Parts: sequence; C-alpha cells; structure tokens
Amino acid sequence: MATIVGNPPPAPKTNRLGLQVLDYRGGKTTLCAGCGHNAISERIVDAMYEMGVQPERLMKLSGIGCSSKTPAYFMNRAHSFNSVHGRMPSVATGALMANHTMMGLGVSGDGDTASIGFGQFAHLMRRNLPLIYIIEDNGVYGLTKGQFSATADLGSTLKTGVINDLPPIDTCVMAVELGATFVGRSFSGDKKQLLAMLKAAIAHRGTVMLDVISPCVTFNDHEGSTKSYKYVQEHEEAVNEVGFVPSFEDIAVDYDPGTTTVVEMHDGSHMRLRKLHPDYDPTSRIGAVTALMEAHQQGEVLTGVFYVDTKKPSFTDMLNLVDEPLATLPESRTRPPREVLDQIMQRHQ
Amino acid sequence: MATGNVAVGAPGAGSSAALQTPTSTKRIINDFSIQVATVNGSGSQSANLVLLKSIFGMGIPVSGKNLFPSNIAGLPTWYTIRASKQGYVARRREIELLVAMNAETAREDILSLPPGGAAIYDESQNLKQYRDDVTCYPVPFDKLTAAVCPEAKLRKLVRNMIYVGVVAQLLSMDLTQVEKAVRRQFAKKQKAADLNWGAIKAGYDFAASSLTKQDPLLLEPMHATEGKIIIDGNAAAALGAMFAGVTVVTWYPITPSSSVVESLIDFMKKHRVEPDGKASFAIVQAEDELAAVGMVLGAGWAGARSMTSTSGPGISLMAEFAGLGYFAELPGVIFDIQRVGPSTGMPTRTMQGDLLSIAYLSHGDTKHVMLLPASVNECYQFAMEAFDLTEQLQTPVFVLSDLDIGMNNWMSDPFVYPDKPLKRGKVLSKEDLDRLGGFERYKDVDGDAIPYRTLPGTNHPKAAYFTRGSGHNEKALYTERPDDYQNLMERLARKFETARSMVPAPEIVQTGKSNIGLIAYGSSDFAVRESRDQLIKEYGLETDYMRVRAFPFSSEVHAFVAAHQRVYVIEQNRDGQMLSLLKLDLPAEHVTRLRSIRYFDGLPLDARTVTDKLVLQEEI
Repeated sequence: MATIVGNPPPAPKTNRLGLQVLDYRGGKTTLCAGCGHNAISERIVDAMYEMGVQPERLMKLSGIGCSSKTPAYFMNRAHSFNSVHGRMPSVATGALMANHTMMGLGVSGDGDTASIGFGQFAHLMRRNLPLIYIIEDNGVYGLTKGQFSATADLGSTLKTGVINDLPPIDTCVMAVELGATFVGRSFSGDKKQLLAMLKAAIAHRGTVMLDVISPCVTFNDHEGSTKSYKYVQEHEEAVNEVGFVPSFEDIAVDYDPGTTTVVEMHDGSHMRLRKLHPDYDPTSRIGAVTALMEAHQQGEVLTGVFYVDTKKPSFTDMLNLVDEPLATLPESRTRPPREVLDQIMQRHQ
Repeated sequence: MATGNVAVGAPGAGSSAALQTPTSTKRIINDFSIQVATVNGSGSQSANLVLLKSIFGMGIPVSGKNLFPSNIAGLPTWYTIRASKQGYVARRREIELLVAMNAETAREDILSLPPGGAAIYDESQNLKQYRDDVTCYPVPFDKLTAAVCPEAKLRKLVRNMIYVGVVAQLLSMDLTQVEKAVRRQFAKKQKAADLNWGAIKAGYDFAASSLTKQDPLLLEPMHATEGKIIIDGNAAAALGAMFAGVTVVTWYPITPSSSVVESLIDFMKKHRVEPDGKASFAIVQAEDELAAVGMVLGAGWAGARSMTSTSGPGISLMAEFAGLGYFAELPGVIFDIQRVGPSTGMPTRTMQGDLLSIAYLSHGDTKHVMLLPASVNECYQFAMEAFDLTEQLQTPVFVLSDLDIGMNNWMSDPFVYPDKPLKRGKVLSKEDLDRLGGFERYKDVDGDAIPYRTLPGTNHPKAAYFTRGSGHNEKALYTERPDDYQNLMERLARKFETARSMVPAPEIVQTGKSNIGLIAYGSSDFAVRESRDQLIKEYGLETDYMRVRAFPFSSEVHAFVAAHQRVYVIEQNRDGQMLSLLKLDLPAEHVTRLRSIRYFDGLPLDARTVTDKLVLQEEI
C-alpha cells in the first residue's frame, strides 16, 4: 500500500458491490495485438463489473484454441477450467450440476464449437443449461496457423489464396433450432452492442449462445476474407438495437411498442430491443431462422438478439435439485441411514 | 448347447464328473447344473429367477448365469443354474439337466448332454430319437398352459412357469419355497403371481402323475444360505455409490453396464429425494461417453462426488478426458463393466480385457488407479472406496467389474453399512484461506504429493485458480518451462506411489506348504477357488493364492511373488494383461517366476480350465 502524501486521490470508481473494475481483470493477454478476442475479454470485464457480479460466484470454462485461452485474461478471482478441445459443454454441464448456484461462462471458438465440439454444442443447446456460451468466431484455426474452420463462408479465401468450397455452419441457426433460449450475434468491434448483449446474457437463466465475430488479425483479416474487420464493418446488418436496463437501476423509459420489444429477464432486468428490421420478432424461432438464412443469401452479417425465451425452464431447474450446491451437501444428506440399507438387504433375501 | 446363431463354444459338451462316477446310479444331491435353453425375449427370465430363488430358499448354495445374445428378441438364450453343496459358484462346463424350450437349438442342446443326463422338452419335439443314454421327459406345454391361462396373449410367458413346476417335481423341490419365490417375483402384481403359481402347480402335477423319475438328480434342503442375499453386481455397485453419497451421475447406455445407473436411478428416487420433493442428486443421460466423463470431471472439479458407468467402447472414448483428469488432478469415479473386445466385440460376453488400456489410458505418461472387485460385495465396497480414493488422491478412479459379476445374480452375505465418514480429501475452505493467506494449487505441501484444492464458489479472493490440461506450474499458471513440467510429472508419479498404500491390499491365502503361487483378480476368483480344491483333491497339489484387488500394486503383491518359485497369473484375456502390469512393476529377478494361464472365449472362466492348464504347465 502506497503512503498517501498531499491530497488524497479521488476514491476509485466502484460498482454496486463496492468492487473496482480491477477486481474483474485477468492476466496479461498472450494473443496477437488487435485480436478481436481481447476486445471480447474487455467487454466481459465491463459487463460483469457493471452488473455487479461477485467474481467468486462465476465459473469460467473453455475448450481449446485461441478463444479458449482467454479466460486467463479476465476475472482472475473466478475459478476457471480450460478443458479439452470441443468438450467444454460437458465439463460445464457437470460443474453446474455440482453447483447450480454459480454463474457459468463458457468461451469457445468456431473450430472448438462447429467442428470438433459440434456434438456437445448441440446437446448443450438442447438442454438449455444455464450458461453463457460465447463463440469467438474468426473462421480460422489460429493456433495451427490459419486453416479454415466450419464457420468460414463459402468463397472466403485464405491468405494463401485457398478458397473455401464448403458452406458455413451458422451456429445461431443451430442454437435456435436446438433449444437455446437466448441467441444473438455480435461483433468484437461493436463495443456498445456487445456490452448490452453480455449484460442481458448475465440477467438470463438458460443457455445464452452469443456468436461474436472476432477477426483474426494474423490469419483472416485480409481482402477476400468474410471475417475481416473491414468485411464485417461493411456487411453488418443489425436486426435490432440492444438496450439493457439492469434490475438494480430504477429507470423508466418510454418506448413505442411498435418499434421496441421489451423483454423482462429472469433477474428482473429489462432488455429493450429496438427494431431495425421492421417486422423482426425476437420471440419467434421460425422468424429468427428465416432472417438468418436470408441474410446468408444476401451476403450480410446479421447481428443483434435473434431469439429470446425467458419462460422455458433451464436444465438445472428441470433436475429439481435441492437449493444448496450438491457439491457441498453434508454427509447426513447424501448417505442414507442404516435402516435404508437394512431394508434393501431384506428385499434381496 | 447350440453353436449356431451365436458362437457359444460348447459349454455343455464336457463330460459330467457327477454322472460318470462308477456309482452313477446313485442319487446326486445338490451338486449339478440345470440349463434352460430358450429364445431371447420369450420372458423366461422370471421363470429362471423363480427356479434360482427357490433353490436358494431351500438353503442350497446356488448361482445363475444368463448366456444371452446381443439381440432384442428371437435369438437363442441359455440360463444355467448351478446347485453346489460345497458352495462353488463358478461356471461349470457340464450340464446334467436340460430344459429345452427352444425348438431351433433343441437338437444340439440335447446332443451336448453327458450320458446319464436328463432333458425336459415339449412333446412335439421327439428329442428321444437323438439320445438313448439320456432320460427324456416330454411335456405337453401348450395343453398345460392353455388349461391354466385362458388369456392367449399371456401364454408365451406363462408357458415358462410350467417347466419350473416340472423341474420342481422331478428334483423333489420344496414347493413352499417355490411359491414363496414366485410370489416375491410378482410381489406387486397379485393376479400375475396367482397365474404363474397356477402354471407351476400344473407343471408339478403333470410331472407327478405322468412322468417317471429316472435320473439321479435331487435337491435336498440345506442351511447354507440363511441370512444371505441374492443380487447382481451392477445393483451392488449402484448401492455402494448411493451410500458413498454420490451426487452427480452421468451415463450413456451400453451393455453390460446400463443396469448400474438404471439400478441407481431406482435407489436414488426412493432414498435420496428430500421431504420437500427435491433431489440431492443429478442423473443425466449424456449424448455419448465423451460427454459422460466430461460431466463427471466437471462435477468433480466443482466438488461433487461424481461417477459414470460404461464398458470397453466407452472407455476407449474416455481416453482423452482420462488424461485430463490425471494431469489436471480431477476426481471422478468410472465404472467399467467389461465385455468382450476389441471394438464392438461380443457385447453380451464377459472378459477381463480392459485392464491394460485403463492402466495407461490416454496419451503421454499417464497412470490410473484401478479397483478390481471380485464379488457383488466388493462391487458395493469398492464403489464406496472409489469415491474416497478419488477425492483423496484427486485423480480419476476406475472400478473394473465385468459382465459376469455385473449382470448375473450372486449369493452374498448382506452388505455392511459403512462405519467411517466420507473422506473428502484436501479441500481448503474460506476460513483456511483466511488463515493461510492463499494457496498454491499444485504444490506438495504435505510430502505425499497430494496438493490442496479449492472449490468454485469459495468466497475468498484468493480461492480461485486456473485448471488446465496444458503445462502448469505449482501456482496453476501456464508454463512451458522444462523444470516446471518435470516437477509436475515427478510429483504425479510420487502421488501414484502414495496410492499404493491407500488402495485395497490383495487378499492372500498362504498355506506355508507350497512354492506355487496363484494370482487372479475379479471374476476369475470363483473358478480359482474351486480349482485350488480340485488340485488338492485330484493331484495332491497345494497352492497359495493372492487375489489382487487394485492397481497400483501394494507392497504385498511384490512380497507374494518373492515368496514363491512359480507364480501363475490367471486371467480372462488373450494377452495376459495383469501379467504385463506385474512384469512392469516387479523387480527383474522376480519377473521370471511368472507364468500365465489365459482364457478368452467370452464365457466365464471355469475351474476345470484352470486346473487343466496349470497341471499341463506343472507337467504333473
């Protein structure tokens, strides 16, 4: 602690828990300068800080790849698990069953999700596990030096000139189809939209699937790439403008129900979605899938909150668990008494 | 026994020692085998269980084995019941009494009986034409069934109870025990119980009035089963898990493991739902074994007692996560109910074939703790043991049962309620962290190579750490430094040494009169016990015996080998997997003492095989 000489410095800014933004920081990033992933880590810090999430109440989970290294670069006070390639969903499922009182944040990449981990991704969405699942999507494998991933667009080129000749998997279409209850796409370069979506994600209970286009400055930011900063900036098309009012901020804002959809979130917060596409309905799965498929045809990068359902029970709710974490239940509640064994033994005589 | 649709070898083709003694006209009491040949899916399992439990109820030591195809319905199935006054429960190759209910295999079934055997079959079969040295009991099954079962669609099932009655009468069984068994079998369905009991009586009355007893087989009451239970190994393992306080269970259905979790679901729904209706457990059917074990390790990391159950193909899929569990030091219990491999192999046949692959499952230098239960009681005990060990050692623990133990019914002493509290291992609380001011996740503080951990949610700013399957130092930070990596790997090796003294020690029978040692494990134990008696009785050969119960091997294992000139390792696989593990572990001068007895046709090991193979190698 430094000795204070002269005028005391102004009190540092704190959030509703009295924590500073420093309390949400992580280690120094080892990713490339300008990597979209770093911007996403920063937004996660901002969102968690602004929402006043107790860092110790968060579990960070990831798979393998550049994206999956990032949990080391934010929120050091949260337990973190960098697991194996494409298998983060199962680890997260186990961890959240063990302790359903925690918040879960999973960070994955496009290779980790749409190729090696596609099976686990699908079943995670289907279960609606209460987890914020972020795909840091750059269309290439960075750590192995720039091969295409399964989210790369048809016709997109590598630096070497190789052209991608297979269609992309749209993880948002999949997530909507498979049962996720909050599905959106954003862009690491769009601070405002991404922050608002992350805050709404924190307020949601169920699987939040956010596909965040996050350009790879080293392997996929060139002319001909459809995941470059330039391409996304030029082709981004938002279905709605995302606004968020947390439960602890008592702000009443007038809105026009014709142009804005207000969604009351699990924790009492409100997400305001101002329509940019005239008839976009974020509560319609069919509408979401249609809009996404049309955007592909037009070469647009569709962003915004595509689908939200705040009513469907989450996976851990469906398990009807005791209120306390299973992990730390005392023996008196996990080992049945002697009489139970005696009864069972009698039945087998 | 047929060898047509399913390759079953010829378990019934052996000669019967019981029948071929010079006094074979004498009665044979409580020492023979009954085989029921049926069609898979015909509902004969209830009838066979009634038969088994009736004999058990008469106080006679009994064991039952279901030899079934990987099929829903239509293929041949055999159920063998062995009554043994000496208490032997291993498979016997010989069959004395055949109940031939499957027309397709009936000819081969009766041909495989030894001379002097007996066969019960449907009168339409005319099996007598094939054997004049076997007592034949033709039974008008359809007529008897129709008389007691007016409802046509139930007749297929009730038909099986007719043979229970015929067998009961021919073997002079105690009918009160048979009625008790059938009423327990259908405890919740009074009507079904009455109907089936009626069928048994019809079979009994028919045999009494129309069949002339000509075979020497008889069952007489004993008092050898009093207080004992009958249970299958998978249900026993499930019980152990429940009393170990398991909270997170994941699975992917696979034969012969599925009934571990299915039994557990039943037990947990009954005994682990709290008064307010909420569950103190979570059970999830995963999308595959990769996810099943991933969930287990995620839950273990977050502090839950977690488990999954699988068989060989699932183990192969779990290899990647097993390495993570070892390297990142995560608890989790994995039951492997072994079946015949490699690949899909023979899903409904038994083998001790996963030992070697599990011991070193996953790439890099990886070693795993394995527990090797040899009875239903040990399935129960080791399930509890496994949870204590996995949390204490912070590494995955595998429990290797097999189809024979897991899916067959076995007699056992009642299980004993655990008398020690759960051992949850080195977990630091908020208060510990207040006192210590922090911790280093992978530091060997106590000299036993087992570090301390914290659980997510521990409300302390120094509680968190970063778990990863990549290189990490004592502080759990990413590292590629050679010394960090080497330190970590050496500590993990030391931790495995610590495990030697924590796992169940072998069970040793040392006569002090023999320089021959036998080593076996798991379900081979049943046959080895009987074989040791055969060796004394038939060859005057005393042997010492060590049943290995865990890997890594405790010091007793080395001592046993050191104390014997020739040591036979008996196991149910082609490559001598336990032999290989022992060779890697023993000092070089003791390796040459090891010999190998291997058996791998997919059927449970029998004593005669052990005896014959040992005698051959001993050149007696």
